[in-house]
Amino acid sequence: MKDAFGLPQSLLVLGGTSEIALATARRLVARRTRTVWLAGRPSPALDAAAEQLRGLGAEVRTVAFDALDPESHEAALGKVFAEGDIDLVLLAFGILGDQAHDEREPLNAVRVAQTNYTGAVSAGLVAARSLQAQGHGSLVVLSSVAGERARRANFIYGSSKAGLDAFAQGLGDALHGTGVHVMVVRPGFVRSRMTEGMEEAPLATTPEAVATAIELGLRRRSETVWVPGALRMVMSAVRHLPRSVFRRLPV
Amino acid sequence: MSADTVRDTDRGPDADWDTVTGWGRTAPTGALVVRPRTYEEAAVAVRDCGVRGGIARGLGRAYGDAAQNAGGAVLDMTALDRVHAVDVAGGTVLCDAGVSLHRLMEVLLPLGWFVPVTPGTRYVTVGGAIGADIHGKNHHVSGSFTRHVLSLELLTADGRVRTVAPGTPLFDATAGGMGLTGVILTATLRLQPVETALMSVDTERAGDLDDLMARLTATDHRYRYSVAWIDLLARGRATGRAVLTRGDHAPLDAVPARSRARREPLAFRTSRLPATPDFLPGGLLSRTTVGLFNELWYRKAPRVSRGRLQRISTFFHPLDGVPHWNRVYGRGGFVQYQFVVGHGREEALRSIVRRISARRCPSFLAVLKRFGAADPGWLSFPVPGWTLALDIPAGLPGLGAFLDELDEEVARAGGRVYLAKDSRLRPEMLAAMYPRLDDFRALRAELDPRGVFVSDLARRLAL
Repeated sequence: MKDAFGLPQSLLVLGGTSEIALATARRLVARRTRTVWLAGRPSPALDAAAEQLRGLGAEVRTVAFDALDPESHEAALGKVFAEGDIDLVLLAFGILGDQAHDEREPLNAVRVAQTNYTGAVSAGLVAARSLQAQGHGSLVVLSSVAGERARRANFIYGSSKAGLDAFAQGLGDALHGTGVHVMVVRPGFVRSRMTEGMEEAPLATTPEAVATAIELGLRRRSETVWVPGALRMVMSAVRHLPRSVFRRLPV
Repeated sequence: MSADTVRDTDRGPDADWDTVTGWGRTAPTGALVVRPRTYEEAAVAVRDCGVRGGIARGLGRAYGDAAQNAGGAVLDMTALDRVHAVDVAGGTVLCDAGVSLHRLMEVLLPLGWFVPVTPGTRYVTVGGAIGADIHGKNHHVSGSFTRHVLSLELLTADGRVRTVAPGTPLFDATAGGMGLTGVILTATLRLQPVETALMSVDTERAGDLDDLMARLTATDHRYRYSVAWIDLLARGRATGRAVLTRGDHAPLDAVPARSRARREPLAFRTSRLPATPDFLPGGLLSRTTVGLFNELWYRKAPRVSRGRLQRISTFFHPLDGVPHWNRVYGRGGFVQYQFVVGHGREEALRSIVRRISARRCPSFLAVLKRFGAADPGWLSFPVPGWTLALDIPAGLPGLGAFLDELDEEVARAGGRVYLAKDSRLRPEMLAAMYPRLDDFRALRAELDPRGVFVSDLARRLAL
């Protein structure tokens, strides 16, 4: 069960090698979390992540999960929830793709969309049903500012996050009043493996800062969290820029 | 995924899905709230409560998650509210578990009787009072609530209704058992005789914590009721300054002749202000506002006053005059922290008060009390010693980690925190704080092998 500060005792990470997810898991394990499930494609990285969290004192198990195989989601997540209540599901999987390359290779672009959006639709609905049955828990969805307004430079990724974001908001409203809380997290540019070698955008942040914001959002039972918080103001301005101006922005 | 309504008027009780929180308004969870109107409906509700079990709920005054059951059933017992019989000569009452102490006072005071123990609110049910084994300002004289329970009827997981008498293991597990042994249906209570519905109250100020503890130690035994409001924002030499209010039921000859109170000495009078609105922002209770309040409250109290007459509601339940006062903390809610450390562990109390004061927790409802002998309930909270209770806004940064540190200090001093107020304890701390926990678990395993009775508190703490 979550405590008065929204801190979970059990955590399920979908996308168990995500740096933001692991930073969040480390933070939560240092507080209250004792049981962690890392769901992801079996890999040495997943095992290493599990080992790292075990070192912090958590009981960690891994479970095979592939965002691109929605048919398997029911079984994979069902196995986790059958073992006991999950207080927090962190939907953290996602790929950035390579915009320039993917524009020429539509199948690659589709893979981005399928991972970030349709994979999340399937996993999100499966998790939501289990959470609703247990009458409590938070579903934290890692969206992105990129989904707030698609940019020329990464609209494939951005559109997939836009879909995910809209889906998660609607799911949150559908679950309102059931005891289940859905929180959409919109980080800006996060310095991580995913963005290595890329030019940093303004208001860049770190996985640790996102983890801190998630902990605060859980305490406040927030529905939307921007990281850093200033992005909320920035993006509400950006959202209203005319297309002709927005197109010319150097971002 | 909409919340669906379940109504089966043919046989089952009234029920619908709702989100439920405790009085602190933190950690809401969804449950099927069932409102049995008869014992039979209560039995049906327990039989039908499904894999996620059920828990009885009274008036929802437990601060944390004791009367919540995520995904399962919450049995709202407040419709079972009959006072069955009052023995006016012998001073006992037989009533349903859903009867509030407020209702009991309305019924009993005109007959010259008072509830044996009342907490800081009258809006708790008899069932809740037993489940949390509540205490009041008279603990040092009278012990906890369940000391005055002569018998109770308990609906257990197998569907049987058992009559449970004090001195039996089932009674001791149920007293303070947080509703996890079954659903209390009725109870017979021993009452306190009174001549009037007024209190004769002595008030005095204590300049710091040591002064306060010295006064309580020296003269508490002279009073039936005793409590101290403590200013936890005061610093330096004033750390722990307090206002003591102690008293007893006023005898008839203490009431002035020819007054209205003399003509109707047993009339139960209360007053209520308008309810706190639901839309207050968080952060109203800051260090500044609470510091100001505390300063005024301390200055307003007389240095010494003796034998002042007060209404029962003013003396025992000042906050009941403000319906929904818990909303003043805003949407984020608040946490109540209450612990006890034994006599001889005053140093731990001093250290904790200093730490709270140094951290500047904005707490205006802090109360210090000296407990009497321990009570027989296995999970009953009181032990002889000092108990401090305080309210803190849940949104205060770093509060969780700070309270964890206080837990460690309390446990090291052999003390414990109060489960009826808890919403954040770590399960690892529990066994050290409650040495009879294993007995409690063993009895539950035998009495309720399928785990029908379960609450969010029980899940969180693995009770």
